[in-house]
Amino acid sequence: MDFDNLINGLDRATLDGITRGSIYALVALGYTMVYGVMKLINFAHSEVFMVGTWTVLGVYTVLGATSSSGTGMVIGATLLALIAAMLASAGTALAVERIAYRPLRKKGAPALIFLITGIGCSMVLVEVFGQVLKYFFGPPFGRVLVNVPAVLETKTVFTIPGVDLAISNTRILIIVGAIVMMVALDTFVNKSRLGRGVRAVAQDPDTASLMGVNQERVIMLVFVLGGAMAGVAALLFTIQYDSTKFDIGFIIGLKAFTAAVLGGIGNLRGALVGGLFLGIVEVYASAIWDSSWTNVYAFVVLVVVLMFRPTGILGESLGKARA
Amino acid sequence: MSEQRMTQDMAVELKDTSDHELIEMHTSGEVGETLLEVDHVTLRFGGVVALNDVNFEIRRGEILGLIGPNGAGKTTCFNAMTGVYTPTEGKIRFKGKEIAGTKPHRINHLGIARTFQNIRLFPEMSAMENVMVGCDARHKTSVVGVLFRLYRVRPSEEELPDSGIRRSLAKVFGISRHTLEERAGRRRSMELLRFVGIADRAHELARNLPYGYQRRLEIARALATEPELICLDEPAAGFNPAEKEDLMGLIRRIRDLGHTVLVIEHDMKLVLGVTDRIVVLEFGSKIAEGTPDEVARNPKVIAAYLGEPDDAA
Repeated sequence: MDFDNLINGLDRATLDGITRGSIYALVALGYTMVYGVMKLINFAHSEVFMVGTWTVLGVYTVLGATSSSGTGMVIGATLLALIAAMLASAGTALAVERIAYRPLRKKGAPALIFLITGIGCSMVLVEVFGQVLKYFFGPPFGRVLVNVPAVLETKTVFTIPGVDLAISNTRILIIVGAIVMMVALDTFVNKSRLGRGVRAVAQDPDTASLMGVNQERVIMLVFVLGGAMAGVAALLFTIQYDSTKFDIGFIIGLKAFTAAVLGGIGNLRGALVGGLFLGIVEVYASAIWDSSWTNVYAFVVLVVVLMFRPTGILGESLGKARA
Repeated sequence: MSEQRMTQDMAVELKDTSDHELIEMHTSGEVGETLLEVDHVTLRFGGVVALNDVNFEIRRGEILGLIGPNGAGKTTCFNAMTGVYTPTEGKIRFKGKEIAGTKPHRINHLGIARTFQNIRLFPEMSAMENVMVGCDARHKTSVVGVLFRLYRVRPSEEELPDSGIRRSLAKVFGISRHTLEERAGRRRSMELLRFVGIADRAHELARNLPYGYQRRLEIARALATEPELICLDEPAAGFNPAEKEDLMGLIRRIRDLGHTVLVIEHDMKLVLGVTDRIVVLEFGSKIAEGTPDEVARNPKVIAAYLGEPDDAA
């Protein structure tokens, strides 16, 4: 146990935790929105995120963007990667909905079946990147860690005086980007017409249909929005960690799901709270004990929190998440 | 609820919109023509016959009562009419089109809305928002249109914003149709809340409203979808006599707006007092149909529903 290590590096650890937590939170939104509307855990969501990271790599490769590119190229490539990753992830989420969930819903399958088809979809997507694409195109596809060029070079923008904590441009982008996306989504759900439809279906699907709300359209919208958020998370992840892998979705997805449950699944603001909480706890615990046990700390915290607050920290549903 | 939203709504409230123009129904059909036709409908669940060759019609502009003792098949009939059940035999036609197998939200778009015997509001939304969900059903802008505000409309003088820059922008680029629809929806919702008499608590969460308010909010929400036919499932359940009296007035005013009304009700006084015609069901079969006077005098009805007549002994 090394509390001195944490206390000496508290500022740095907090910053790391918030960065990590922002990414968890963005991915967690996808789990929480789908759960809020359909009472379903979309286990293929982790791979929606994974597809996003590969899309970022793809855009950089096609444009030939590297860490030594000019400013115009850096901004252009990053923006294009953002849009492409959002589209690819939203598209993947929508495809999963169409292939794995909709046909079952039409036939009135029991809830458990959806979990299995979701896991099945997840495995197929993992193997597509780990095996199938490698077979056709060779590297970089395959079962190895792949480097994503650090197009946006990390530079210190300013230093917080007193604690001497350097804040880099990438940190600002990740934290601000994640918060902006979450505020936008929250406003959308709570203030807009489409968001009203989403909340109506979350609160009472049958009544919402009888009042003229097209339930299928709301479900599609929820998958697209959740997917787009995972796409944003994918770009931010590659900026922070400069890499991806065919099974990168597994651990990030699991952590994001944990964050969603911690915050209160079905609750948009819960995803933010849960994500940041989990990120900070992981980094703090790693500073105190051994960092190779990070995942253990995360799940111990989950179990402890749920013992005292079984519905999560904020513990509300999507329908209730309002101003 | 944000500050800004509050003030917007309050501005709408302050504006005198108590004319009914906003909420009147404009239909092309003629009063008295057949609106909904229940054509020899039989509905079986396994061996149980829930409806047996039931046959009646609802005419445009009338208030029709559907009555019968408990278990007579009223709610089953109602569910068949709103597309929840498909008849085993026979057809249900709305404006000449068969509605069996149509999805619930499509049936709503065709022009049928309902309220529920056991209140089913969106509990975590304000009264206003509940009604706006209903209004949204009629809006035309698509998902893509809403997100990117592509469909612009040249605004009229009174639709232009007051402030300088936004006013100039709106003059050049127009206002998105979505914005106008949203604004119109807010105005209509407030007017509907006023119409059913609960506008004073428009911004409270539905679950916090008193029982009578919740019942009337359900009616406002159903009216918001601009239904040609509105079906009220036991709207007076749990009401005291004074509230029932109010409700009768409200049902008549709903008809006067241009809606056709179907009322399912236990309370004989209310049904006899407010309806133009009554259909009586017993054990899944229609046993009588006619004006309130005719039905009240019908010996079969008296035996089945009102108990044995006094002079029978």
